[in-house]
Parts: sequence; structure tokens; C-alpha cells
Amino acid sequence: MSAPRNGPPIAFVSARLVDPESGYDGPGSLVVRDGVIADVQKRPDLERGSAQMRVIDCSGAVLAPGLIDLRVKTGEPGNEPKETLKSASRAAAAGGVTSIVVQPDTHPPVDEPAVVDFILRRARDIELVHVYPAGAATRGCQGEQLAEIGLMAEAGAVYFTDVDTPIVNSKVMRRVLSYAGGFNALVSHRPADPWLSAGACATEGELAARLGLPAVTAAAEKIMLERDLALVELTGTAFLVDQISTAESLECLRRAKDKGLDVSASCSINHLCFNEIDIGDYRTFYRLDPPLRPERDRAALVEALAEGLIDVVVSAHAPAPAEDKRRPFSEAAPGAVGLETLLPALLSLHHDAGLSLIDVLRAVTLMPAELLGLQAGRLSPGAPADLVLVDIEAPVIVDADKLMSKSKNSPFDGRRLQGQVLMTVVDGRIVHQAQQ
Amino acid sequence: MTHAADVSETIRARVFPFPKRHFVSAADLDPPDVVALLDLADAFVELNRQTSKKLDLLKGRTVVNLFFENSTRTQSSFELAGKRLGADVVNMSPRSSSMTKGETLIDTAVTLNAMKPDLLVVRHSASGASALLAQKVSCSVINAGDGWHEHPTQALLDMLSIRRAFGRAEGLRVAICGDVLHSRVARSNVALLNLMGAEVRLVGPPTLMPADADRWGTEVFHDMREGIAGANVVMMLRLQLERMDGAFVPSMREYFRFWGLDAEKLAHAAQGAKVMHPGPMNRGVEIDSDVADDLDVSLIQDQVEMGVAARMAVLATLAARLENDR
Repeated sequence: MSAPRNGPPIAFVSARLVDPESGYDGPGSLVVRDGVIADVQKRPDLERGSAQMRVIDCSGAVLAPGLIDLRVKTGEPGNEPKETLKSASRAAAAGGVTSIVVQPDTHPPVDEPAVVDFILRRARDIELVHVYPAGAATRGCQGEQLAEIGLMAEAGAVYFTDVDTPIVNSKVMRRVLSYAGGFNALVSHRPADPWLSAGACATEGELAARLGLPAVTAAAEKIMLERDLALVELTGTAFLVDQISTAESLECLRRAKDKGLDVSASCSINHLCFNEIDIGDYRTFYRLDPPLRPERDRAALVEALAEGLIDVVVSAHAPAPAEDKRRPFSEAAPGAVGLETLLPALLSLHHDAGLSLIDVLRAVTLMPAELLGLQAGRLSPGAPADLVLVDIEAPVIVDADKLMSKSKNSPFDGRRLQGQVLMTVVDGRIVHQAQQ
Repeated sequence: MTHAADVSETIRARVFPFPKRHFVSAADLDPPDVVALLDLADAFVELNRQTSKKLDLLKGRTVVNLFFENSTRTQSSFELAGKRLGADVVNMSPRSSSMTKGETLIDTAVTLNAMKPDLLVVRHSASGASALLAQKVSCSVINAGDGWHEHPTQALLDMLSIRRAFGRAEGLRVAICGDVLHSRVARSNVALLNLMGAEVRLVGPPTLMPADADRWGTEVFHDMREGIAGANVVMMLRLQLERMDGAFVPSMREYFRFWGLDAEKLAHAAQGAKVMHPGPMNRGVEIDSDVADDLDVSLIQDQVEMGVAARMAVLATLAARLENDR
């Protein structure tokens, strides 16, 4: 092992601690030593300080576990001009995100252990945030043959998904679930009936009809989700519904959870913050996959997050360079960057929609940590010192040009949000600090 | 060494009329018949190790090997068994002739029946084909493998190999590993091992395990080290190469990593554990050569030898019953 690289212990004092695990939201202080949380005290000043400690006065700002983002796309390997692991890691650090799960639909795809190794090695060299690779469920994300799930799991892949390409063949999906279940692996799938959704860039309804956009019925999500849930019931494998987005799908999800299936669901921050009206004048930064939904769906998603039916919120970070976005709406690349806006956008649900701070943070800290079996995501002694210090009241105006991400396709560009990340800490190292 | 005359006397003393007309399923057998078959087969092993291996128990009888599916070892094993018992043996592979001209299985059976064979050895790719034939012909039918269903003479020869190695099957822990889903060998062995009081475990990836395999009186494992822990016998199954390319298993190397038997995994089995394989082996896929060729642990060569003896026992007892029926 190399010499300790964590530096002297750090004491955060006069903080507002928010810990989704214990449910504590109140004044406190916290000591970081050797990369882990060494002490947590529910009083603003530290009872037992020591001279060697670096003391950081938080002045009442929120100190919470660093965010864990389960769905981040980069362009590495294969499409580096879009985004590299390094630029994505910088964006994550700037956004208070301390762990990212990168998606396997790269070139080459992450469908064998050597590519898992490659990503882990790159991340170790970059040494900013934790980078966990997700592995492909099928070879090349083609939905036909099983990928090397066992070998990838051993190499460090944290879950298995074909990302945006639905696994159409139910027999293949069954085998993916069944095979992954043998390794106690988590499988994630974005439900979308491929025939109903082919070519669509908006949700079927009055607005899409008026705009003249090819549209997909909301039922396309529910149809595939019902199939997936039936197969999950058959195989008993742990399953993550990727980016649930309609009110009807939430009903299916609720039934599955009531039945006791090992099912969780994620929702993208975009679908919690925007609705189809935002497409407005064919603004391609709002071209997303799944497409934006009517307001009643958005409202249902927010409610589902509040009650815990939705387990996880993801940024669905999907960098697309200008040349892919400056096109007619239906021809533009889908997706939006989101690592740097995830936290302030989530905080808007706290400030404006009345969700408690601890509830919104749970969906990006403790819940994803539990899904991946990580010790992070909580403020408890022994947990890795992955932390974010954030002034939740500070107003920010999102300026896409100033994002760390190599691609600037942010639907939040120009939006006024509240919440400025003051400091991001990973394994006790300060990886980001706001300019004063 | 026993004298040739002694062995043939022993054999004649041990031959008994088989209680059923056909030998199509290991699940149909009763423990006393299994023991009697094994005792008889033991004597045939002795006979087969002598220079003069020929008897006249089946003199005048006709054995037809009807193999709709290719098989080298099973077919030659039955052929030798029949010939050593003095029968006339005819090999037929209708796959290449009449069946391609549109003749149904039943048509073939009726045609064959008219030639008056005494014993019909059948292999077919469809489960239940032997049972169907048995209903339509007047001779005795021996199932030499029907689809994924049964391969009862394989189970008998495996039982013979186990009994000769351990003196018994009762109380032994036997782990059957690999492609259980498509394996007739596994189904027949589960039935016979359960019947004879062994503890049977099934080990393999979930995609190669029948959905309700845990209701076969066996315990199912997906982790091979756990599955073969403390096993006295590790019985490997053949994995068809075409099933390994992403359909049921991602790749050969992943299969070998998790379910291929090598010395490291075998170390989890009981002290003195034996390894079996029905053959032909995919070396480096389901079994490492180090293990397969280690004569201290491998029963694989014995199994081939026991195959001829066990099949002689089946042919002889079925023929003895035909005598009685007359």
C-alpha cells in the first residue's frame, strides 16, 4: 500500500447534518480521518478537537452524504469528444456527486471483464470521484446473447443493463434475469415497447399532435414494465426499473412492490422538473428518452418520490455535443447532461414542491447505496468520507457554458435554482471547492 | 483370477427374468431389481476382462440398434453387449434413409416389427419416443436416450461404477453438475440415485436448471463450490457447444470459470471423491484435463467399461423374460 494520502483529519463544525440513514436533520459536527467518517456529533462545536485537525466552519450549511448517481453516460471509451471519464468526474465533483455509475453502451461496450477493468483503472488514475461501471446485460447491448455477467460482476460491475435499448425478446430477458440471479446481481431495464416507441420523440397527446411530432403512447412503458415484472416474479431476481416516467407505470410498480417482489425504481431529475410543455418551441435540449410527459405524470412522479414509491433519482446524464443537438427536434440526439444540476434541481423539489430535505436526499444517497451494497450514502462512523457541503438557499443561475461537462446540453440552462455546492469530499479528499 | 467356466456359471445363476417387458425408464425400477442387475453386471465385468468374452445367452436372438440420433459410444457399447451375448446385431440409422422420405416413427416401428427382432435399442431426439415405440412393437424396447427425458442404461452403468468404487450408493452425496435442463443423463441418474438412497445435488447456472428441479428430491445450487462441498461423487454433464454462445451461458470461458471442474473446485468435495462424466468430454469447458485424466479421482474410463457390462445385464434379463413369455 502507498503512504496515507488522506492528509490530516478534518473537522466540519457548525454544520446542519442531514443523514437519511438515521433520519437526523439538525445541527452537528463531523470528523473525517483516514478517508472515513470518524465521528459524528449532534452539536455544532466539537467536543474533543485536536490541534492537528483542519477545522472547517460550515456556518450552518448542509453537510450530507455525497450524491450517488446510478445513471451516467460518458463517451469513454470510444466517443471521447462527447465526454471523458475525467470530464464527467469533474462535473460530478462540482455537482456534489461522489459516486457515479457509468453506462455500458460505449465503444467497445462494457460487455466483458477487460472493459470493466479499463474503466476502473482509468477512474483510479483520475482519482476524483468513485466510478463504478455497469455491465451490459447482453452482448453489445444487442438484446440477443448473454453478456459475461459473472466475470464482469467479479471484475467490479455493479449492475447490468442494456441502457437505452430495450431487451425485446422475452426469452432473452428471462434468461438475463435468471442468469444474473445466480450471481445475486441487480438487473436494470428501461421499459419501452420497441414497436410503439420506434421513431417517437414526444408523448402522444394534444401537444405532440399540434407540434406535428412523432409520438409514443404512454402505454408503451406500461406494456414493457408489466412483462418485466412478470419475469421478475418468475425468476426472483433483484430488478431496477430504469427511469419510470408515467402515472400508469407507477401503479404497476406499486402492485409489484405490494406483492413483495425485489423491485426498485429510478426516476430522472428531468422528468421530476419538466413536462412536455417545456418542449415549447422545439427546444432540442428537452428532447429526452423517455420523452417528457404531461404535467399529471410529472406531478404523480413527485408524489411517488415523496412517499418512497420511487426509490432513486438519477441525473440520466447523457452528454450530446452541439452538432447532435442543433438539429430539427425529431432528428436531434436525445438526452441531457445533469451531473452538475442534479442537486440544485432536487432542492427545487424541497423549496417549491414541499418535499422534506431528507426525503429528496435519501433518493440520491442512501437508497442507491443500498441498491449497490455500498457503505457510502450515510453519515455514520466507519462509512467512507464521501460528503457534500451545500448552501441550500444560495440562488444560482445555471449557465451551460460554465459546466465542467464537455457537452453543454443542459435543459436547465438559464434557469434560476437554489443550492450551491460549497465543497465535495471523496474518501476524505476535497475534490471540489466553490470559488468565493 | 476366476476361471472362464466359473464366470459363465455365475452369470447363468444370476440372470433373472426382468419383471417388465421394456427397459425405458430408470424411474420405473425397483431397488431389488437394481441390485440384481448390478450383481449380474459385476459378473459380466469379469467376463469382459477375459480373453474369451463370448456367451450364448442370446443365441438366435436379434438385437436391432435403432439410432435416430448419432452416437458412437452408446451404439458400439450396445453392439458389443449384444454380440458378446451371442445375438445377431443390426445397426440402423433411419435418420439418413426412410425418415427423410417422410416415414413417421410409427411407420418405421411397424416395418421393423415385421422383421421380428427380439430386442430393440432406441435412441431418438424426442422425449417419449421410446415409450411410444414400446406401445407399437411386439419386442422388448430398451431406451438408449429419448430427448431430454431419460437414458436409463447410463444411470445403471453410473450406479455400477459408483457401487464398485464405494461399495454402495446409499448415503453418498452425489453432485450432478452442468446442463441439467437438457440432460437425460441427469434425469435418469436423479431417479436411480434417489431410489438407491444417495443424496443428490444439482449444480449449474439457473439458465440450465429446470424450473422445478428442487422438487425432484434434490437440492439445487448455482455456486459450484457450495454445491460440491462434501460430495463423494461429482458427476459432470456435457454442455453442447451451441448452448454456450450467449443463449444459455455467455461464453465458454465464463462457463469454465464458474462451473468447469478443476482441481481447485474439486478440493471442496469430500476426501476421496470420484469424478464422473458420461462423455464425450469438452475439455477446458466443463472439465479440466488435470481432473479428467487423474486416475486417482476419475472414474470416466471405468464408466465406459461398465457400460458394456451393464447393457449386457439389461439385454440378458430382458431376453430371459422373453423366454418366460413364450
